[in-house]
Formats: sequence, structure tokens, C-alpha cells
Amino acid sequence: MDEKILSAHGLTLEEYKRIVQLIGREPNEVELGIFGALWSEHCSYKSSKPFLKVFPTEAPWVLQGPGENAGVVEIDDKYAVAFKIESHNHPSYIEPFHGAATGVGGIIRDILSMGARPVCAFDSLRFGDPRNDGKRNSIKDAKPIVHGVVEGIGFYGNCIGVPTVGGEVVFDEVYAGNPLVNAFCLGILKKDRIFRARATKVGQKMVMVGSATGRDGIHGATMASAEFSEESESKRPNVQIGDPFFGKRLVECTLEVMEKGLIVGCQDFGAAGFAGSTSEFGAKSKMGVRVYLENVPLREEGMTPYEILLSESQERMLYAVDEENVEEVLKIAKSYGLEAAVIGETTDTNRMEVFYKGEKVADLPISAIVDDAPVYNRPRKEPEYLQKTRSFEQSTLPEVNIKEAIRKVISSPTIASKEWVYRQYDHEVGINTVVKPGSDAAVIRIKWAVKPEINSEKAVAVSSDGNGRWVYLDPYEGGKRVVVEAVRNVYITGAKPLAITDCLNWGNPENPEIMWQFEQATKGMADACRQLNTPVISGNVSLYNETVLPDKRINIYPTPTVVAVGVLDRPEDAIPSFYQEEGDFVVIIGETDKQPIVNGSEYLKEVHGTVSGSIPPVNIEMEKKMMAFIHENRKMIKSAHDVSDGGLITAILEPAFAEEKTFGLDLQIETYHRPDFELFDEMRSIVVISVSKSDLPFLEAKAKEKALGFKAIGQVTKEPELHLKIGNYEIADSMEELKSLWKNSLKNIL
Amino acid sequence: MKFGVAVYPGSNCDYDTYRVIRDVLKEDVQLIDYRRTDIDHYDCIILPGGFSFGDYLRPGTLASHTPLTGAIKDFAKKGKLVIGICNGFQILTEAHLLPGALMPNIHGKFVCRHQYLRVENADTPFTNQCEEGQILKIPIAHHDGNYFVDEDTLRKMEDNGQIILRYCDEFGNITEEANPNGSIRNIAGVSNEKKNVFGLMPHPERASESILGTEDGLYILRSILEYHS
Repeated sequence: MDEKILSAHGLTLEEYKRIVQLIGREPNEVELGIFGALWSEHCSYKSSKPFLKVFPTEAPWVLQGPGENAGVVEIDDKYAVAFKIESHNHPSYIEPFHGAATGVGGIIRDILSMGARPVCAFDSLRFGDPRNDGKRNSIKDAKPIVHGVVEGIGFYGNCIGVPTVGGEVVFDEVYAGNPLVNAFCLGILKKDRIFRARATKVGQKMVMVGSATGRDGIHGATMASAEFSEESESKRPNVQIGDPFFGKRLVECTLEVMEKGLIVGCQDFGAAGFAGSTSEFGAKSKMGVRVYLENVPLREEGMTPYEILLSESQERMLYAVDEENVEEVLKIAKSYGLEAAVIGETTDTNRMEVFYKGEKVADLPISAIVDDAPVYNRPRKEPEYLQKTRSFEQSTLPEVNIKEAIRKVISSPTIASKEWVYRQYDHEVGINTVVKPGSDAAVIRIKWAVKPEINSEKAVAVSSDGNGRWVYLDPYEGGKRVVVEAVRNVYITGAKPLAITDCLNWGNPENPEIMWQFEQATKGMADACRQLNTPVISGNVSLYNETVLPDKRINIYPTPTVVAVGVLDRPEDAIPSFYQEEGDFVVIIGETDKQPIVNGSEYLKEVHGTVSGSIPPVNIEMEKKMMAFIHENRKMIKSAHDVSDGGLITAILEPAFAEEKTFGLDLQIETYHRPDFELFDEMRSIVVISVSKSDLPFLEAKAKEKALGFKAIGQVTKEPELHLKIGNYEIADSMEELKSLWKNSLKNIL
Repeated sequence: MKFGVAVYPGSNCDYDTYRVIRDVLKEDVQLIDYRRTDIDHYDCIILPGGFSFGDYLRPGTLASHTPLTGAIKDFAKKGKLVIGICNGFQILTEAHLLPGALMPNIHGKFVCRHQYLRVENADTPFTNQCEEGQILKIPIAHHDGNYFVDEDTLRKMEDNGQIILRYCDEFGNITEEANPNGSIRNIAGVSNEKKNVFGLMPHPERASESILGTEDGLYILRSILEYHS
């Protein structure tokens, strides 16, 4: 076999030999295409699989763990939520608008295929630093990518009517040639109506519904499994085009046939297109599938069986339907103006048999395609850079002007308000968004009126996090911290954290140092999940996030994006992020007496220009204490915001910058440490809360009882001025000016 | 009172509007498919927000040529109440039930935010529960909300009290900074000459429960009930 042909399919010679051995003959071209797509890293998880096994996936409230289109957790005795996050990194660098748009569309259909009404989306984005635009060689400017991605997300989400209620936007040069676009969606459903990607009987019809199939996105999965080089531009045709109007009709049609009990299983067409969906359907049903490609509605003439099988045209779904319901399903699909056709049926052969105009063009055992993909135990080695970063000593840092440093950190693009981004997203459609973008977590009601009717008194809190810098500096501790941070953002609303979904964005797995990072980080994440009792119920792995330049290779920071979901008994009880009233006391709780460390902080990067230092272990016992304290006293806690990116001072200032009001702050922080360390440390488990004066003694006593650090550090004031005494330093600044820096910096840069 | 909420392919605020009328106003409400024309038994038709037909052509254009919109024209002629919200407003201008047009926002971007509005005419079926000059806070979310109308028509509309809502700041000042999309004279909502057809870019259905941050949309919805009673 010609290696060029193999490499075009993303297969190695070894893998080809394995295929021949598995099927007992040489595969034909169509079959090779199927293997190429299904055995790609993107579909088969061949490098990551062994490490994903460490994740805890079960809890009494988990109704569906990993392995389906999305995970499902129950919310109360009747209702559940389905959620998942997925990457669309590679397409978004090549074609930012459509790359991001189809990422949103794809994750919405994953949620839909579980039988859930998609009710909110999140987007976690990483770009190069736009301040470096014009200074890079062979790498595109960041600004046009940011604009394209944000517009693409808005285009799809706004049109299809799923509110984009939160996310993150982080800027760092490591992402310049390989931005990250991770899209999350959450849907609501009745507990007893979960759909899965499977048929229930032999002889059930497979009905394909949605958009007609075109030549777009052929080999998208293979592309997503290779590193980036200057040739990537030529891969533009591999990027799919999104059509949210079709997507919207597909949502309504699918929920209607589900509501009417006309289908038994559902699967969306994602990576590896028709080949992927039908074979996975067969594998999960433990049956064979027989498909007839001439029945597939096509958008272009002259498409070959190979192209039909591997096209990643968007907005298509596969239903398993009992024969007697087929006519009704087709009728409903057509009433929505969708293409619909019976394209095959389930069989008892456990084979994937593909016919085209009477000719059998592929005949493969399903297990060979889906289950027998190679699994690699890739070599791993501790990265050399860690010796250097670990040897960093913060005491060597020069002293700086604190007032200037505060201004610099809060106006860094990563810390500054993301209003420019979320104003472009409809975050209110669905009338369920109780806590809107700009807070630590979004809070969403669980109500819907039509297809299906859902009426829970509860709400969910959702937050995403993924500080790649921490994971780069210590994959194990960093991985742990990313989980803790996402979960903390959920519990500070007063919610009970239930589960997480993750998207693991990594560099080239063939590099042993990258694989070591992967092993360590997944271990750290798993340990945190276990201790916090928040299992991983779904997710996705994106490898080869590497930029190949003529003179070097740039790998992204190992970046796990974690989205945590928790439940609130009443949406009215959600604790806001913002201060509520002048005169209230600002209190820090948690590790208030611990020595501050600015390793890996935004301050270190922005003010001292370095990413370095070791990452200390996170204190999960302290997290649990804080979680219990906040939950028990949620009616007395008037606001809560945690210390993370940008450190303590950012966590104290941001709650004063509410949309319509700017508060002042009068603060006294007693410390023996350097004020910059105290103010910019991101490593301590601390939450900044505000409480009324009358509740202060009670809460302080409660915290003491639980051995939880509790320090009142000042008061919220009316005049928008900052007065801060820290150790022997005193700082005065205008809160209006600080707010304006924080609010407008990103907008001005972009 | 019997409400009908139009459902065009791509409408996405149809269910929200339906839910608010059913669960908050507790009134009779039905969804109406865009292919239907039998609507005489309704007292008020609402054209909801969203992206009818994907808005791939000019927003509202395709929806304005559907059987349901044809029936709504006759319905309006009879003096019955028609209200278009966001995309619904765009459909009403495209169907010539309202004067003017909605162009892309002047900054070229979609904008989603809570917006202050000043009630310019409180003597209409849609604002009789407000006072003239009252400030309402109601969310907007649109890409094409930049209202335009020629000067002659505008003067006539102003003389006839057809300018119902304008974008303003929290104190009611009509300023350029308070204008989210470049609309001429900060116009956010207008009616036809007879005042039985009303179009507005803000979403009253998103401002009908305190938990969502504002209940000011109820002033508009309750005005309709009051007018009909």
C-alpha cells in the first residue's frame, strides 16, 4: 500500500497492517476512508483512552455517564439535564466564523440527540494576545480570529435560539497559531425520556433527517487529528459550513418525533459523518447496519460513495424508527422543510454493509471499525522546562508600584470585562437566564413550555474554567486546580455541584513530554473530581494543538476546559457576584492565613513578563468547608466572588463594578507579606463575600466553629473611591477610573 | 382574551411569548403555524422575535410573504390588535403594516442588553397602562434594529402620535449614547395610523418576571388586556 494514500487518510503503515489482519483482506478505497476517519485520534481517542479511565464517572444522580452523545444528571424527581463540551479548535483557526459556528451547532445536536431541549450554551475561547498583532511571523493576527469566532458563535447561537450565557476568553501567545474554541451546551429533559444512540430491534429503519449532504468537511476528523502547518490554509474545504436555520428546524422536528414517541434512538452526524454515525449506532445497538447510499439526499451532483460516507455536512440527524412509524416521521420532517429519507436498517450480522445502486461498496465488521482501533501507550517523559520553572523564587522579584500594578492587571485582556464578547450573544432567549454573563456562574431556570413541557422549581448553576498556565507549570496540581476552580464558581452561588464535563486540549501526543502532561493532568483532575464528588459525565479530547513553523514547533499550554454544573433549590436564592449595599462588610473566607504565592499568576505574566513557579497543592478539604459554609448561610451572604485569575485584589474590586452602579471600598488588609504577593496570589482557596453588619458576628462564630478562616477586611462605600491599607502601604484610587479600565480595555484592544 | 402567537420557521421567541401569556398573564393563547389563515377568532396576534427563515434574506422579508402574514393584514384592517416584537417588528415593516424599515445596527454587531425606553404616547392599546414620559427597562437583542423612515413620513408619524417608544438613558434623556443601534431619533417602537398595529425592537416577554431582572414588559402586555376589556 502506498504510504501517501495512507497518510492522506491519517493512517500509519502499522495501522494498515492491523486493518488487513482484522478484516482478513486488503480494504477497498471506501473502506480505507471509513477506517481513516473512525481510527483518527478525534474519533478513536487512541492516544488518550487509557488515561481517561482514571476519571470517576458515577454518582447516585448520574443517569448517563461518558460514552453517549452527552452525559445526564438528575435535578429533581422528574427532570434531568444533559450536557457536554466539545472542541472545534482546528476549523476555527482556518475559518474562524464557520469553524466556531459549526462548533456551536454540533454540540447543540449532541444534547438534542439525548432527547433534551437545548437551553443554554457556553463558549470557552483561547486566542493569541491581540497586543502582539503585526509582530508575528507565519502566524495570523489574533484580532480577526477573535472577531470571526465571536461573530460565528453569535450567528449560530442567536439564530437557533439557544442563549449563550457564559464562558471564558483567555489571551496568551501560545494560542496564537492554534486558538481554542470549546463549545458547551446544556439541555433539559424528563428523567424517564432519555434517548440514546441505539436501535432496540433488528430490522428497525434508519432515517436520516436534516440538511442534504454535500462535499463540505470531508476528512474533518482527520484534519482535527494533525498538527498545524502553513499548508493548513489548503484545508479550508475541510471546514464545514453551518446553517442555524436548518439547525433550528432540526431541533423542533427531533423534539416533536420524540415527544410523539415515533423514534426509539437518535444520533447526530458529527465527526466522520455518515460512516461514523451509522457504525457507532450499530456498535452501541450491538447490531449490524445495512445502508443504501443512493437514498441519501444530496446537495451536489456526482458525489461518490466515498464522499457521501465521509462528508461532514452539518445539521443532519439519524433516527432509529420502527417500520410502522416511518411514514409519520418522514411527514413531520418534511413539514419542517427538512430532507428526510430511509437510508438503511439494523441487521443481526454485526457488520456494516454499504450499498450504492445495488453494488456493495463496503462490508466491514463493526467491531473492527469502532472497537478495534489501536490504543497507544505512548511514551511519556517529564518535561525539561519544569526544572527551570520550578526553580523560580518569588523573593527575587523586584518591588513595583502597587497602584500601577493593579491597574495593569485589571486591564489585561484576560482579566478585563468580556462585555464586548457577550453583548454580541443573545443570552436571554428562552427566558430562563436568571444570572447573566459577567458573573462567576450563570444560573438557568429549568422551565420550558412546548416540546417538552418542563416545570421544575429548581435551577442550575454553570461555570467553565481552564487555566492552562497552571497546568503547564504543574500538570497534576494544575489539573486539580482547574476542576476545583470550576466547581468553586458553582458552589459560591449557593448551588450543590453535581458533575463536570471536560474538553482536554493538548499538544502533539507523539511528544513524550506532552503525553506526560496529559497523564499527570488527568490524574489530578480525577483526584479532584473524586474528592469533590463531581464525576465526569461527558467530554472530548483534542490533541495535536501544535503549530509547526519553519524553525520551531509551538505547543499550546495543556488546557483542560472544565464546565461544572450544580443545582439550586430555588433560582431566587442564587448568591450574586456583585456587592449589594453600601455599609456591607467585605469578608474573605478560606485560607486567609496562608502565605501568598504569585507563581503562575496573571500578575507575574503581565507585570513581570514571566510564566514560572511551582504550583502548590490545592486544599480540597478547605474547599469542602467553604462549600458547606456558603450553602448553609446562603441567605445571609449578599455576594460571593472567588479569588482566581488576577488574585485577591481582582476578586475584591470586580464585585464593585456592577452594570449600573459603582461602589467604593474602604479596606484594611493586615499582612506581614509583600503587598504585591498578598494582592495578586491566585493559589489560596479564598472567597470574597459581603455581608450586612448585623450578620457579621453570627457568621464569624459559625466560621470559627468550622475552623474556616474568616477576616473582615473593610466595607462597601457609596462614593466610588478605593482606600486600601495593606501592611504599611496605602493606596487611593478612583473606582470609576478602575472600572472604566476593566470595562473598556478589551473593547479598546479589539 | 384570546392571543395567537405566530410561528414562522426560525421564530425563536414564540414559545417564550406563549409561556408568558399562558403562565404570567394567565390568558388564553395558541401557537399559529405560518401556513394557516383562519385567525379571525383571535383578539390579538403577536409576531414573535427570532430569525424567521433564518433572516438570510433581509430580516422579515420571507415571513412577510407567507399565508399567515397575508391573513394578519386582513386581521389588522379590521382594527384588531397586532404586535410585532423584534423580528416580528421587522416582518410588520416588510409587510407594510408599519411604516419605515429596520436596517443593520450602525456598529454592525448584534447587541443584547437591558435597555431604557421612554414612553412617548401612553394613549394607545399597547401603552395605556403607562404614563407619558415613563421610563421602562426592557431587554433588546438584535442585529437589525436600526429604524429608518423618511423625514416626511416621520413628521406625520410624530404629529399623529405613532412614535410610541424611544431609546433613552436611565433618566429618560434621548441621547446618542443611549441609542443602541443608530435608529433615527432613537425610535424603538412605532404604531400604524390607527394605532392597532404596534412594532417594537425590545422584548416585553423577557421583562415579565422579576426574577429575570425587570417586569416592565408587563406594562405593555397588560395594556393590551385593559384595552380589550
